[in-house]
Amino acid sequence: MAKVFEKPKALTDKPFHYCPGCTHGIVHCLVAEAIDELGIREKTVGVAPVGCAVFAYDYFNCDMHEAAHGRAPAVATGIKRVLPDNVVFTYQGDGDLASIGAAEIVHAANRGERLTTIFINNAIYGMTGGQMAPTSLVGQVTTTSPYGRSADTEGHPIRVSEMLATLEGVAYIERVSVHDIKNINRAKKAIKKAFEIQLEGKGFALVEVLSTCPTNWGMTPIEALRWLETNMIPYYPLGVKKEVE
Amino acid sequence: MAKVLMKGNEAIAEAAIQAGCRYFFGYPITPQNEIPAYMAKMLPKVGGCFLQAESEISAINMVYGAAGAGARVMTSSSSPGISLKQEGISYIVGAELPCLIVNIVRGGPGLGGIQPAQSDYFQAVKGGGHGDYHMVVLAPSSIQEMVDLVTDGFDIADKYRNPVMILGDGMLGQMMEPVEFREKKTILPEKPWATTGNKEGKPRNIINSLFIDPQGLEDHVLKLYKKYDEMKENEVRVECYNCEDAEIIIAAYGTMARIAKNVIQMAEEQGIKIGLIRPITLWPFPVDTFKKWADSHHVKAFLSLEMSMGQMVEDIRLSVDGAKPVHFYGRTGGMVPTPKAILEEIKKIREGI
Repeated sequence: MAKVFEKPKALTDKPFHYCPGCTHGIVHCLVAEAIDELGIREKTVGVAPVGCAVFAYDYFNCDMHEAAHGRAPAVATGIKRVLPDNVVFTYQGDGDLASIGAAEIVHAANRGERLTTIFINNAIYGMTGGQMAPTSLVGQVTTTSPYGRSADTEGHPIRVSEMLATLEGVAYIERVSVHDIKNINRAKKAIKKAFEIQLEGKGFALVEVLSTCPTNWGMTPIEALRWLETNMIPYYPLGVKKEVE
Repeated sequence: MAKVLMKGNEAIAEAAIQAGCRYFFGYPITPQNEIPAYMAKMLPKVGGCFLQAESEISAINMVYGAAGAGARVMTSSSSPGISLKQEGISYIVGAELPCLIVNIVRGGPGLGGIQPAQSDYFQAVKGGGHGDYHMVVLAPSSIQEMVDLVTDGFDIADKYRNPVMILGDGMLGQMMEPVEFREKKTILPEKPWATTGNKEGKPRNIINSLFIDPQGLEDHVLKLYKKYDEMKENEVRVECYNCEDAEIIIAAYGTMARIAKNVIQMAEEQGIKIGLIRPITLWPFPVDTFKKWADSHHVKAFLSLEMSMGQMVEDIRLSVDGAKPVHFYGRTGGMVPTPKAILEEIKKIREGI
């Protein structure tokens, strides 16, 4: 019988703790497959965030460093400066990267740190129980925007990829989604490319992955995928935002 | 090696480079700016890396990353900046990583001022950041001692896999004195726990301070406290000066200890016998030294001299444990007590004895 799927070597055997329907598991798998295909597992150091992916160090089968909330790009900078020949990636959510860690990501990107950042945008804080994120959509109901996010009082959601794409140090930024097979395949290509950019020493690379949070959105997994497609993609257009040849 | 005339801050930086430190992450703040400037100039020449971070928070987190990757690494700042670093320091302690942190203290609270102070004593020795922890806090009182303690500080940090803090002040950072650098071959220890890549046949390394199971966290903290017990056993440093037959013993560290020595001489000329206990490690605190002199019949009282409203005095009272009265005199906000004012204070204490 032909083997059509194999668990990547860059994932451990530890079962994920993620909620049913959460897309973190898919993205973890894509990151691990990219690491395997590039043959870089033994020289990769991952930096885990604070948020739902806080236990990423249990799942990625490479050396891992757990950062404080939002500080992963600074921690990764420290690692990469010491080990320029290693591959260093951060895996961060929207509260971590776009709110408390806004300064860290902007400056790491601007310095053109040879890092790969996987940015999970699911428009909400997951681990703390569904609070408003800087990427929550206008009108989106969360525990801290119970009447819906108001642009007037909470501001508009931040388009991180477009913002960072204005910086000179950035070599590659693409926004992808994982709401269907076609998009998962595109996401895989983008993630692999973001690691290749680092291996080529071109500069900072980030892939923003539009993701679902059925638990805190109060939806079934299927409804969540449809909500992402109909509500998030129009505001967060997919595609390459910057690519340096 | 011949003596060279150096500013305190620059001497710290040179001592760090000679001790094998090749990575420095910092953010500008007065009065410690000569340290990053020296590092920016010199580190690239020795194959090292200086990086000016976007904030003190980022700087300490870069230190966290570099220390995890196995580097001998440091940062420096001054009081408001050290407050910002507290989050990172707590993580570095929790993840058991070595590094050196220099605080060239200025007056507070808030933005405070830029003149020398010792008002960060509590923050340095009682924790500073969140959680149950300590770090070795070294308090030099001359430029030569700054140089020596930087070298020792890195070694202590490696020995216990715990950050070490040098607590200086604006006066020590800015003054110039002749210094001699030890001719010592630096041997950096092996760090098999560092995140340098999970080569086949090697265990996977994880740098982490998260223990979601409360029993796991308690076990971890107990392990840290075992190290703190060892530090208390092995790392206490203290200078006793003129304490034999002293009737009052001054306790002072850093800049204040230098002034205290002037006071002791002035008092001697007036027939008053004053001694000095100078803690060199503020943590672990030289508790036994204070106990010993408190039990001496000729010692009538202690006087804690500080450039603060009285912080170290609490540790002296805990050490002396009521055996003798413990007085306090200090100035704050960047004001430095004069020998004359201190001598007046001593005379007042003598009248009360």
